[in-house]
Amino acid sequence: MSTYSLSDGLASGAPRSSRAPLLATWIRDSGAGVLASIAWIAFGLSCLWWADVGDWSRTHSLGIAAFVIAAIALFGTVGADYLGAAGQALHKRAPWLVALGAFLTVWEVATAKFAWLPLPFFPPPQAIIDVYTDDLPKLLDSVFASIKLQLGGYLIGVAIGFLTGVSIGWSRAVGYWVHPVLRFIGPLPATAWLPIAFFTFPSSWSASTFLIALATGFPVTVLTWSGVASVSNAYYDVARTLGAKPSFLVLKVAIPAALPHVFVGLFMGLGSSFAVLVVAEMIGVKAGLGWYLQWAQGWAAYANMYAALIVMSLLCSGAITLLFSIRDRLLVWQKGTVKW
Amino acid sequence: MVATALAEAVMHPAAGAALDIEQVSHAFDIDGTELPVLSDVSISVEPGEFVALLGPSGCGKSTLLRLVAGLDKPKAGRLREDEARIRNPHPSRVVVFQDPTLFPWRSVWDNVALGLEAQGILKSQRHRVDAALDLVGLSSFRNAYPHQLSGGMAQRVALARALVNDPKILILDEPLGKLDSLTRITMQAELVSLWQRKGFTTLLVTHDAEEALVLANRVIVFSERPARVKADIRVDRPYPRHRGDPYLADLRRQILGLLGLDATW
Ligand SMILES: Nc1ncnc2c1ncn2[C@@H]1O[C@H](COP(=O)(O)OP(=O)(O)OP(=O)(O)O)[C@@H](O)[C@H]1O
Ligand SMILES: [Mg+2]
Repeated sequence: MSTYSLSDGLASGAPRSSRAPLLATWIRDSGAGVLASIAWIAFGLSCLWWADVGDWSRTHSLGIAAFVIAAIALFGTVGADYLGAAGQALHKRAPWLVALGAFLTVWEVATAKFAWLPLPFFPPPQAIIDVYTDDLPKLLDSVFASIKLQLGGYLIGVAIGFLTGVSIGWSRAVGYWVHPVLRFIGPLPATAWLPIAFFTFPSSWSASTFLIALATGFPVTVLTWSGVASVSNAYYDVARTLGAKPSFLVLKVAIPAALPHVFVGLFMGLGSSFAVLVVAEMIGVKAGLGWYLQWAQGWAAYANMYAALIVMSLLCSGAITLLFSIRDRLLVWQKGTVKW
Repeated sequence: MVATALAEAVMHPAAGAALDIEQVSHAFDIDGTELPVLSDVSISVEPGEFVALLGPSGCGKSTLLRLVAGLDKPKAGRLREDEARIRNPHPSRVVVFQDPTLFPWRSVWDNVALGLEAQGILKSQRHRVDAALDLVGLSSFRNAYPHQLSGGMAQRVALARALVNDPKILILDEPLGKLDSLTRITMQAELVSLWQRKGFTTLLVTHDAEEALVLANRVIVFSERPARVKADIRVDRPYPRHRGDPYLADLRRQILGLLGLDATW
């Protein structure tokens, strides 16, 4: 009896006290998604409401696309329970969708509609879309040229840097000769070699490859070396008493133990090689995104510059992400020993 | 049964090796001053003997083991394994170090397989790795990484990594020091039965006089640094030994006296 009365009392009080939590849960679960939808509707409206101050062909399509995205965000949020992983992913990214939609709206209004920002220098979103559709072949060519140059130079630099680093770390004799050279030449920014490289190498492509390899090679060498040099003697003692030969000590003890350091070098090398790549393309090579930027600047085609910049940053962050996933795969054992 | 026993006998012929430590002295350079660590140490170990080394901390026990392993060369004197001079490490003399020093980038199984891999015989001998892991009771942790093990488990992996090589001389530097007392007693019994089965010569450094007496044929007591052989005590008792054995208790008192603890014991 007493339990009944207790539950009755709770039940009668329930609607009042649970309305606020219900609203709170709804806002927590769907609020961001709905806001994202509103933000993108606002962007779509901002495209279509006023007339453009300039002449861009894809304003209308862009507005429609914004509405489509808004619809996807809305239905994805409302129907999240039926969408599984996709719904989850949308839920996680909804706050960013809000920010992006708002940013695009402001950008659209500030450039294409009222030209608050001086026009040729700050193109509206649709101008950049125009570049991606109309200038696609040239842009793609540039992307491939950049990837080819970067990949070749980076891989050569990594291979040489890694081998040099292991040799210096392992052999006193090699260290004696290579260490001073490294000290003398290494800290020089690779771009300082640029004029000489373009003179002395048979082609601008080989010169740029050399420069990128140089920019990559130095950090990789130094960090591989310090990694190999800092391997505890205890590991070598264990391996030697178990019958390890020198080759085993290098390949199965020194290198795996040094790998965490090596990856730091690989990241640093990647960063500095990007810088060299762009400069080399701007100055010497007549292809690639760096050259595209340069060319766009020559024609005062600012939309093309922004478009190329966006592609470039996607490529660079893609490369870093790829390297991270390689590291995560090779260094799983480290996951519990250091802060990841 | 007979066939496998025969195969084992053929595979591991002479189990233990003789070890001769002849007038060995050693010293380290610390900041230009010479620190004498071993002073004229002579020990002759018969094949298959189980010798325990006891001594104060820092007297030079680990140093002596490194010399036996061939990791360092003595300043004076000679070491021989079965009449052959010890100049370099060799898998016939395997060391279990004071620290387990497992390779953190290798799984437990791969750590145990290290010796066979280094000698280039892992492909045909994988079952030995499984057997060694079984022996130390860590088969279920074969895929774990060292950082996922407890201190005692890591020490057991280090033991398995040594045993898998079927050494002629097993060199143990306080291998049971980090184990809890229960595991420790179990591992002591395992060690004795293993030693009796395989017949390898064993050199065990320990801080624990009781452990030395339960395990060894012979207990050698060192002096303070620089280590000299202070006493060489034969322990003629059958295995398995009983901890409460009055004969062992008597020897224990004697040894603790040699280590300078007679006032309290
Ligand atoms: N590589 C080294 N360089 C210089 N001195 C060393 C070196 N290794 C050991 N020593 C010194 O030699 C002495 C003996 O060291 P050792 O490790 O052999 O002691 P131990 O008897 O094993 O002690 P414990 O029981 O505490 O392990 C110590 O005083 C130590 O400082
Ligand atoms: Mg020691």
